[in-house]
Amino acid sequence: MKVKLKVKRSNGESGDAAYSRYEIETADNATVLDALIQVREYEDGTLGLRCSCRAAICGSCSMRVDGHSRLACRAKVIAITRGKEDHEIVVEPMGNMPVIKDLVSDMEIFWSKVRQVSPYLQPEGAVPEHEYLVPNEAMIDLTHTMNCIMCGACVSACTVLEVDKSFIAPAALAKAYRFVGDPRDDHKHDRLEYLAKVQGGIWDCTRCNMCVEVCPKGVAPMDRIMQLREISIDEGMTGGIGVRHSKAFSENIRRNGRLDEARFLPEAVGFFNVPRLLSELPGGLRMLRAGKLPWSHTLPWHKPIGGIKSVRRMFDSIRSQKKGKASS
Amino acid sequence: MKYAFWPGCVSKGACPELYTSLVRVCAELGIELEELYDGNCTGAGVISEHEPDVAAALNARNFALAQRMGLALMNICSTCQGVQSMVQEKLDRDEAHREKINEELAKESLRYEPGLVIKNFMWVLAEDFGLDNLKARVVRPLTGLRAGPFYGCYILRPSKILGMEERPERDHYLEDIIAAVGATPVDYEGKNKCCGFPILTNNKKNSLTQAGTHIAEAKDQGADCLVTPCPLCHLNLDAQQPSAAQVIERELGVPILHLPQLIGLAIGIDPKELRMDRHVIGTAQVIDKVLAAVTA
Repeated sequence: MKVKLKVKRSNGESGDAAYSRYEIETADNATVLDALIQVREYEDGTLGLRCSCRAAICGSCSMRVDGHSRLACRAKVIAITRGKEDHEIVVEPMGNMPVIKDLVSDMEIFWSKVRQVSPYLQPEGAVPEHEYLVPNEAMIDLTHTMNCIMCGACVSACTVLEVDKSFIAPAALAKAYRFVGDPRDDHKHDRLEYLAKVQGGIWDCTRCNMCVEVCPKGVAPMDRIMQLREISIDEGMTGGIGVRHSKAFSENIRRNGRLDEARFLPEAVGFFNVPRLLSELPGGLRMLRAGKLPWSHTLPWHKPIGGIKSVRRMFDSIRSQKKGKASS
Repeated sequence: MKYAFWPGCVSKGACPELYTSLVRVCAELGIELEELYDGNCTGAGVISEHEPDVAAALNARNFALAQRMGLALMNICSTCQGVQSMVQEKLDRDEAHREKINEELAKESLRYEPGLVIKNFMWVLAEDFGLDNLKARVVRPLTGLRAGPFYGCYILRPSKILGMEERPERDHYLEDIIAAVGATPVDYEGKNKCCGFPILTNNKKNSLTQAGTHIAEAKDQGADCLVTPCPLCHLNLDAQQPSAAQVIERELGVPILHLPQLIGLAIGIDPKELRMDRHVIGTAQVIDKVLAAVTA
């Protein structure tokens, strides 16, 4: 099978970057990693890349293939080209991280974020005489996050990290969940408080699903971030604007069935948050001028959807079940 | 071709031009819609942050309403599509979960059975109506119009739940449709990324930086406008664009079209009927270019 590659070549020290093109013959079942190794062995020994196990276990060969962050060893050429030999596969180093050389990224950002969440058990009290005993069901939920091989694909693809370097980012937040959910850990509350309040914490995730999409191990980091949000609210950390937004949304839907947008903003930021409301005024006027602010929905005679009683009953019934479970 | 039609909250609120243009375009194309007037919000991924079971019940209610009509469900919002697909995947896979949710629906004499077909308008166009049919309906080819696709996260990811293992082509329908109506799709990095809307309240600077960066990138690639199947993306890219321009310190001024508006222009509907005036960023330059191409 003929394979065309366009590889981004960078020199981390000088900052120079350019693309090199290669055309090689490979086996029909070749992966992108196989193709790159072949290039390095037979075409161009100066190509820099990082790899080890070639079997999606070690997490060394993360890079971007046609713009998607992934393990090169798990990317079958034929699946990417969809069988078209003239398809040129674009291979670039991971995003959101500086490059050392070609496809070798400097992962310090990744590790610094993992360190930020104290990625180890913190039990208090006396060490048990034998092993810790933990119910199976408590650990099953954590198995997703334990599958993480720290390849960095999710951090490479994170759309929030692109605009805000303080964001703790998916891998470390999933790792944080792994310890928040571990019954042996005694710092659940402090961990959650930190994650909910720190700049770049759980409420800064934009829920874009990019990390879920690129993770080669099914960790689904964004789902773990949503679990952290849910648990932190249950633990009473309801002070921030992210929480208020989330709760106001639910109440708005419970009241109307559909989102009443004109009232939602003050509900979400707080009716007495005057500076924030004033800062939204120019945008609000812009929308009003264009006929985009549905202010008429806020009038007292604007009716909720038909079937609103059923909607409210569902909210109340499920909430009381959850409360019942928590207190039992 | 007939669907149970879920318009979402935004087309009934901050983007009335989406509702008007969609209904007009479907009438013109012969796509019959039976609106779910009593449908409720999908939760937009927000309710599931802290009340996932409530979100599941809300969506199951819409599904059951569509099933009672005996029709497939059509939405006009990438976010609705993503949330509906995610909720449906769990309902269809996990019987115990489904029964628990169905107990809630039973009080309203509704019941959800697995297997409902749920499609965004973009998928309906490409898969059910067909791009060749669409091409045949074009009376005003949008020749010379350079349009940047902007998908919205939830219609692309997670791809498995959105049926892309069976239909991998779903990740380029927007480009296909832009080309089918005679315009030129503009490629740029941000087309698959997040518009920033979900964090607009919580972290406005990040949100607007995301929106501004994508618009600027498309503009640098020569886009006359962006086209999106997601009204939430539209709100951040259009209504917030002047603020986004300030945050990234660049002039932008790129009109953001709803997908039905692009189709409507090409099949000969008067721009006024498509409510092209209801945008924060004026659409005159797009309309002029389209009409000029016809008279040329």
